[in-house]
Amino acid sequence: MSKNPEFVKFDKVDKSYDGKVLVVKDLQLDIAEGEFITMLGPSGSGKTTCLMMLAGFETPTHGEILLDGNIISNIPPHKRGIGMVFQNYALFPHMTVYENLAFPLRVRKVEKDEIDKKVDKALSMVSLSGFETRMPAQLSGGQQQRVAVARALVFDPAVVLMDEPLGALDKNLRESMQYEIKHIHESIGVTVVYVTHDQSEALTMSNRIAVFNDGKVQQLSNPAELYEKPVNSFVAEFIGENNTFNGEVVDIAKDKCKVKLANSEILANPISVKSKGEKTTVSLRPERALINPTDKMDNMFTGKIEEVIYHGDHTRVRLNLLGSSEFILKVPNSTSNLELKVSQDINIGWNSVDARALDPK
Amino acid sequence: MSSETKQILTTDGIPLEVSLKKAEKKNKIKAFLLVAPLLLFLIITYIFPIGEMFTRSIDDKMITNMLPKTFKEMESWDGQKLPPEEVFSAFYYDYKALVEKQEHGKLGQRLNKEKNGFNSTTKRLFRNIKRKKIDESISIKEQIIKVHPNWNKVEYWQAIKRTAPPYTLAKYLKGMDMYYAPDGSIVQVDEDRRIHRILWLRTLEIAFFVTLFCFLMGYPIAHLLATLPMKYSNLLMICVLLPFWTSLLVRTASWMILLQQQGVVNDFFVMIGLVADDNRPEMMYNKVGTYVAMTQILLPFMVLPLYSVMKTISPSLMRAGKSLGGTPFVAFWKVYFPLTIPGIGAGCLLVFILAIGYYITPALVGGASGTLISNQIAFHMKQTLDWSFASAMGLMLLTGVLVIYWIYNKLVGVDNIKLG
Repeated sequence: MSKNPEFVKFDKVDKSYDGKVLVVKDLQLDIAEGEFITMLGPSGSGKTTCLMMLAGFETPTHGEILLDGNIISNIPPHKRGIGMVFQNYALFPHMTVYENLAFPLRVRKVEKDEIDKKVDKALSMVSLSGFETRMPAQLSGGQQQRVAVARALVFDPAVVLMDEPLGALDKNLRESMQYEIKHIHESIGVTVVYVTHDQSEALTMSNRIAVFNDGKVQQLSNPAELYEKPVNSFVAEFIGENNTFNGEVVDIAKDKCKVKLANSEILANPISVKSKGEKTTVSLRPERALINPTDKMDNMFTGKIEEVIYHGDHTRVRLNLLGSSEFILKVPNSTSNLELKVSQDINIGWNSVDARALDPK
Repeated sequence: MSSETKQILTTDGIPLEVSLKKAEKKNKIKAFLLVAPLLLFLIITYIFPIGEMFTRSIDDKMITNMLPKTFKEMESWDGQKLPPEEVFSAFYYDYKALVEKQEHGKLGQRLNKEKNGFNSTTKRLFRNIKRKKIDESISIKEQIIKVHPNWNKVEYWQAIKRTAPPYTLAKYLKGMDMYYAPDGSIVQVDEDRRIHRILWLRTLEIAFFVTLFCFLMGYPIAHLLATLPMKYSNLLMICVLLPFWTSLLVRTASWMILLQQQGVVNDFFVMIGLVADDNRPEMMYNKVGTYVAMTQILLPFMVLPLYSVMKTISPSLMRAGKSLGGTPFVAFWKVYFPLTIPGIGAGCLLVFILAIGYYITPALVGGASGTLISNQIAFHMKQTLDWSFASAMGLMLLTGVLVIYWIYNKLVGVDNIKLG
């Protein structure tokens, strides 16, 4: 079965609510069939609006949305056949779990036997068999969430939309639900469009992530690439932790550039800088800087420890380095642990390839 | 868990339960003292008057107290034939005592209600007593019979005997257009005189339709209020509440201005050519006026509970219904509407109960065909001064409301009412 790489297509979509501000700007996004794609971004970045346009609750101000090659902008939500999991689950409080799941099937006039079978299957998929007669209020948050997922899947929709479905759960439950949703996606191969502002959730679950900011997709790539190779400083800042240096390019070669900071110079990987004299923000992941490096690295500096915070599996160290006192180091908690003390001087080194010179902030 | 769980003791050895009760007792006393003024107020202004109303409505002690000897003698009378001499003489002495206290007139009036012609019958006796024509040394029975032939009729004595019990349900029967026949059975009044039953039915009918109209108009308004953006919904809310802040009398009077035959509404109809100038429809002093004015006045009582319930329904539920494949109507009917039932219940119950006892508006705009049972109660309070009958009807109204409440509880469940 060949999968359609443009199963869902946003074609130059604009959206404005008040005619003054564009919430979504010129969105171009293709979603492949069977893909798990996450729209990630801070609140107000337009990601939920995109989801609502896909679900049919909002209409694009300009541009078209295509589902499997058909323009759906004029199709009302109930005819789109798109399943949706809402932020607050939106289970019907006056119906039992069974009735909730049977609702999409009943409105489609499915036979009673068939409904029973499908509801059974959907409930066992989310391991809630035997909960048919419960009311939603009698379920825990995690169980309600699973019922909501099962309800969105029970009528075999082509696409399932999830709008921050795990936002209301506590941390442990959220993590286990992340895996559960991921496994369900893998086992039935439905296309999932997932909206969240939690970057770790996005990284754990998705095939691809679209990072939204200011109504635009900043970067669309798989989780590893997104984390390792952010294309601009917003993405670098938003995904994971980040040490930044603001400076000016003084020398540039093919894969290296020299960036002049306030009172020193570092070597960096030129990503979005092209020529000398450009302002830039250099981004470096905390775990890419090593303490007392044994290998030769092309950036070697000495910093003073300002603060040591114990985090269990790792220790965070805040350093005063190169004129900034916000430089963070992550030291894994290994048996050969270093003695780290406040106001001690330590040597830090990193490779220029990990220091990405991006657009200035 | 086993039932023999060990008694838990506090650190100083007192059982936990005892110590807890002690701690809570203080709070309970405090709580009671806080509500005590209200409780007292309710007892004085609510429980006590209802009890008073009840005793008044069944009270029939007047004659019992006026003819003590007669009723004592009547205990041994079988009520089939004319009573024996003892009863006649007891009645004579009782009546004489009344004449001395000048209370004989009341007796006559009261007995006249029981049996027509009693007033003149007793008056004749009164005149004879006044002129001292009765010789107490010979048979009183024969002398009394001579005074008026009615005294020789057993029905008149039966009527007196019927008034013996200190309590009677006659007022309640009257409220239902029934009365005690001379033989003590309950019969209906003639068909053309059944005025109360018409009033009860009309009251129910008007209350029902006013509730229905309020619901039909209030539901969309409440929905709009609950879904509009804040700045519009606040304005709309003020529009809904505005009538609340106006005196009920003023509102009703405004309706009178609007609805009368030379009123604004009729003028408008004539202007747009809907009706001819010489054929203006009567919209007041009949049911139409009662419907229109009462619906408008009671509308907020429907809108507010509905609004407060609708406000709590997440808009994502409707969206969920639609995204799962329900048409907007199905989503509304299967998802939204069932969730508003608590509000509908509260609103309908509120409006219905208020409407069933409504007084001012029907009195002013209802005319003859638009008045309700409460107007009849007021009539008996103020015009005929038959307070016991007014009390009886008031209690019947109260009972009716309680029955409706009970039926509602069976059908919907009072726990499902949500006022806010």
